[in-house]
Amino acid sequence: MPSSALTAAHPLKDVAASDSALRRFLHGLPGVDAVGLEGRAASLGTRSIKTTAKAYAIDLAISMVDLTTLEGADTPGKVRALGAKAVKPDPTDRTTPATAAVCVYPDMVAVAKEAVAGSGVKVASVATAFPAGRAALDVKLADVRDAVAAGADEIDMVIDRGAFLAGRYLKVYDEITAVKEACGTSARLKVIFETGELSTYDNIRRASWLGMLAGADFIKTSTGKVAVNATPANTLLMLEAVRDFRAETGIQVGVKPAGGIRTSKDAIKFLVLVNETAGADWLDNHWFRFGASSLLNDLLMQRQKLATGRYSGPDYVTVD
Amino acid sequence: MTMENVSSVFAYAPAPESRAIADIAPSYGLFIDGEFVEAADGKVFKTVSPSTEEVLSEIAQAGSEDVDRAVKAARRAFEKWSALPGSERAKYLFRIARIIQERSRELAVLETLDNGKPIKETRDADLPLVAAHFFYYAGWADKLDHAGFGANPRPLGVAGQVIPWNFPLLMLAWKIAPALATGNTVVLKPAETTPLSALFFADICRQAGLPKGVVNILPGYGDAGAALIAHPDVNKVAFTGSTAVGKEIARTVAGTNKKVTLELGGKGANIVFDDAPIDQAVEGIVNGIFFNQGQVCCAGSRLLVQESIQDELLESLKRRLSTLRLGDPLDKNTDIGAINSEEQLTRITSLVEQGEAEGAERWSPACELPESGYWFAPTLFTNVTQAHRIARDEIFGPVLSVLTFRTPDEAVAKANNTPYGLSAGIWTEKGSRILAVANKLRAGVVWSNTFNKFDPTSPFGGYKESGFGREGGRHGLEAYLDV
Amino acid sequence: MSDARLSVFKTYKLYVGGKFPRSESGRVYEVTDSKGKWLANAPLSSRKDARDAVVAARKAFGGWSGATAYNRGQVLYRVAEMLEGRRDQFTREVADAEGLSKSKAAAVVDATIDRWVWYAGWTDKIAQVVGGGNPVAGPFFNLSSPEPTGVVAVLAPQESSFLGLVSVLAPVIATGNTAVVVASEKSPLPALSLAEVLATSDVPGGVVNVLSGRTAEIATPLAAHQDVNAIDLAGADEVLAKELEIAAADNLKRVVRPQPVDYAETPGIDRLTAFLETKTVWHPTGSLGASGSSY
Repeated sequence: MPSSALTAAHPLKDVAASDSALRRFLHGLPGVDAVGLEGRAASLGTRSIKTTAKAYAIDLAISMVDLTTLEGADTPGKVRALGAKAVKPDPTDRTTPATAAVCVYPDMVAVAKEAVAGSGVKVASVATAFPAGRAALDVKLADVRDAVAAGADEIDMVIDRGAFLAGRYLKVYDEITAVKEACGTSARLKVIFETGELSTYDNIRRASWLGMLAGADFIKTSTGKVAVNATPANTLLMLEAVRDFRAETGIQVGVKPAGGIRTSKDAIKFLVLVNETAGADWLDNHWFRFGASSLLNDLLMQRQKLATGRYSGPDYVTVD
Repeated sequence: MTMENVSSVFAYAPAPESRAIADIAPSYGLFIDGEFVEAADGKVFKTVSPSTEEVLSEIAQAGSEDVDRAVKAARRAFEKWSALPGSERAKYLFRIARIIQERSRELAVLETLDNGKPIKETRDADLPLVAAHFFYYAGWADKLDHAGFGANPRPLGVAGQVIPWNFPLLMLAWKIAPALATGNTVVLKPAETTPLSALFFADICRQAGLPKGVVNILPGYGDAGAALIAHPDVNKVAFTGSTAVGKEIARTVAGTNKKVTLELGGKGANIVFDDAPIDQAVEGIVNGIFFNQGQVCCAGSRLLVQESIQDELLESLKRRLSTLRLGDPLDKNTDIGAINSEEQLTRITSLVEQGEAEGAERWSPACELPESGYWFAPTLFTNVTQAHRIARDEIFGPVLSVLTFRTPDEAVAKANNTPYGLSAGIWTEKGSRILAVANKLRAGVVWSNTFNKFDPTSPFGGYKESGFGREGGRHGLEAYLDV
Repeated sequence: MSDARLSVFKTYKLYVGGKFPRSESGRVYEVTDSKGKWLANAPLSSRKDARDAVVAARKAFGGWSGATAYNRGQVLYRVAEMLEGRRDQFTREVADAEGLSKSKAAAVVDATIDRWVWYAGWTDKIAQVVGGGNPVAGPFFNLSSPEPTGVVAVLAPQESSFLGLVSVLAPVIATGNTAVVVASEKSPLPALSLAEVLATSDVPGGVVNVLSGRTAEIATPLAAHQDVNAIDLAGADEVLAKELEIAAADNLKRVVRPQPVDYAETPGIDRLTAFLETKTVWHPTGSLGASGSSY
């Protein structure tokens, strides 16, 4: 597996030498034409994925789900149920793959860890004062360390959108590197941009590069807590970014669209984006994830439909 | 038949559109005076599916006697049709637009079968534009007093229209919709390789209750087109096709009172500056030259890339070409369909061979071509100079010539250095540069940060040897009015 | 002084690229008035003069078409101002050329001056009349604008040597084209004199080039010339017009066929639009941000 950080000798290391150098680099990235980007995403959305391809895509999508619960009302019971579902999404069909991970708040990591123990399902935890990220760096780092100490395999951090929008890119960069350090060697780091708040596609491209330069293992669209979360267009743009970053540095970074992906049809469209943009190397849950909750049941119902030839219903999948 | 570089991990299963929806009869007549009739001399020709070489139907072949019959029918119909209140003509056109929308899937499948282009394009581009064109011009029929050509502008009479095979039904719409809206009657000759959608359109005219003789369809070859254009009782000639034929038509109508519009060839320059939105530019380049297998008069067949980003852009472009899916045009995932005819394939092949012989560097993605049918892999040429034939001649196929430039001045000079002047593209994030370059380009349509966009409200047509007159929009009315 | 002063004859010359050359062929022909009385010798232009004129017109095209419409309007208005000062001279020349009474010739000259004023006012309005935004069904800004066709060969009307000439020339240059004018064969002198006015009216050299001689001889190479973009056949008879239209097809020149025109009437915009191309520029608009679709 390629190293997830730039070596000190890499030429791109210099771009974070100062705020102005970083700014020059990020603003020197190619611009994004919104209409063209959305047009391309829409065009890929017309791919018709049938029969064997659909079966493959549904299983792949299930295996890529970060089954998520991020509620104030989360309890150990809820998290245990979620963990069970992640491990065996369809109790009636043992051939159904497990999901990639469960995603919970830091205080639920230990419970989740226990629930998925021995299954290979990862535990991801949001941290860094999720979802707003409005806390002192020390607090954010403590949040991360807490989750990692509880056994989190993956940390989903939020960037400081305020600093990003104010043009203080180095502050954002430094926070990511600090969090990355706090993750140590055991946890992979997902960096959430909250694309809906960055607002422009140019910003999303800059944030993608900023995150990758700072050592993100994954770049992730959103928290699921704002009005606009993952869209085909912003995910396509991030897939272009990871593709270009690997071409430039040799380092492969994963992508995680999160929020708003509820149907199998949607998920398959995202997989088409992956397939035809970043390529087959990303068609694996080590490199692509769906941050979702209700999506899983729709995937399961579609899977049952493919297996039996008749449409399934919500009573035939579990509500956990 | 997809290209090898497309992920074999996530291989798309065949997703063919059902062809059963298009019920093609074993034979068709000419459509004259509201009836399907045999050719006077009984001649017929076969139309084949270019993706399989399967014979689709046998079609009556119009000759000069049939042309005369059709023009007479159109003349007879003209008096009443032109005297109808515009509001009534409008309603006929609205009906046609609606029926096209209703039957659009059938027509898309039909067009894909007869032309070879992907169903994705006929379904998402051709047919929606066809219906929109009729809908747009329908609305003009009772508003001609306000179109800027003075009060009560008069129609010309009988319009003789000859259309090409690359967008059979769309070109029909571009010709017939404005002609009927303005009160003219029509004799239209579709191309010999793609007669079917025009004949289905004849049926739509019948369903719409269009008076007999207002639209006449004469499938046939070039001789029928020539006879139509030369017919003394034709008042208006509209042609879309090659520049060579366009010149011949201009000679034919010399010294007559026939009004002419010609929409001819092109060698569009797609100019990519170093500050372009690269990913979208790559899409625009692909769309510019591989849409409809490059068989598009306004194709962006010359890529002019700023030398400083040439390597980066070509790398992205090649990677993107490797994801194109070539094969069964009825498959919903096909990006590149068949070349329309053996003749066209021969022409493309010959020009590409000349390109190689002249020293340009040829590249295609790994690509397996079907065994039957007419196919050509997406191709790009680098190391091309202005002197190469592949940089000057219209290839009308999926072949892109890549040239470089250093400054905006040089880009404009190279872009304009052609007898054609139909289309051009500009890719840059700098707004003032777009306006400056667009201003200097001698081309009828300039797409900035996009390419191959069409709309019924948007006038289309060329400078210089790309023809004259405009189709679409308010401008498109002028060609059919005595103004 | 009893004896009349011996007048100074004018040597009529061509007008090419802002200069007044003789025909490179060295030939002249006799120009007479309507009663056959000798008026002057006019240059008998050759194919090479036509070629030189096209080169001059092409060279002037970039600057003239790139000038602001306001500027072109001012220049055309300046032509009217200059003509007003030479009203008497043109009245005499038109009277001689067309066999008109002095008062009728004066009326023709007045109408001609007014025609320059009419077209001067059009330069910065025609784009708004024939161009504009198109409401396309998508997230695109789409604008159609008229642009000049390029170098236009103008065969001036044979009968109306001055009003007719200006009625076909002014619309060509008003929109930014440059012109090679073939003057009325029989009555070229008003056209050749007009060139002197143009030269002193801020019309850049080469924008208008005036040739005199045999219409058929000069027009044939112009119609076939690959660097001429359009031709107005007003001054050609039916047979010549057909030949020229056939020759013009070689590079698909825009052709205005000869038609009966009453030059005394206020013109429409037909001759302005005949030598305009419509350029349509598309650009994506998109949404303000990534959070909303552009569509």
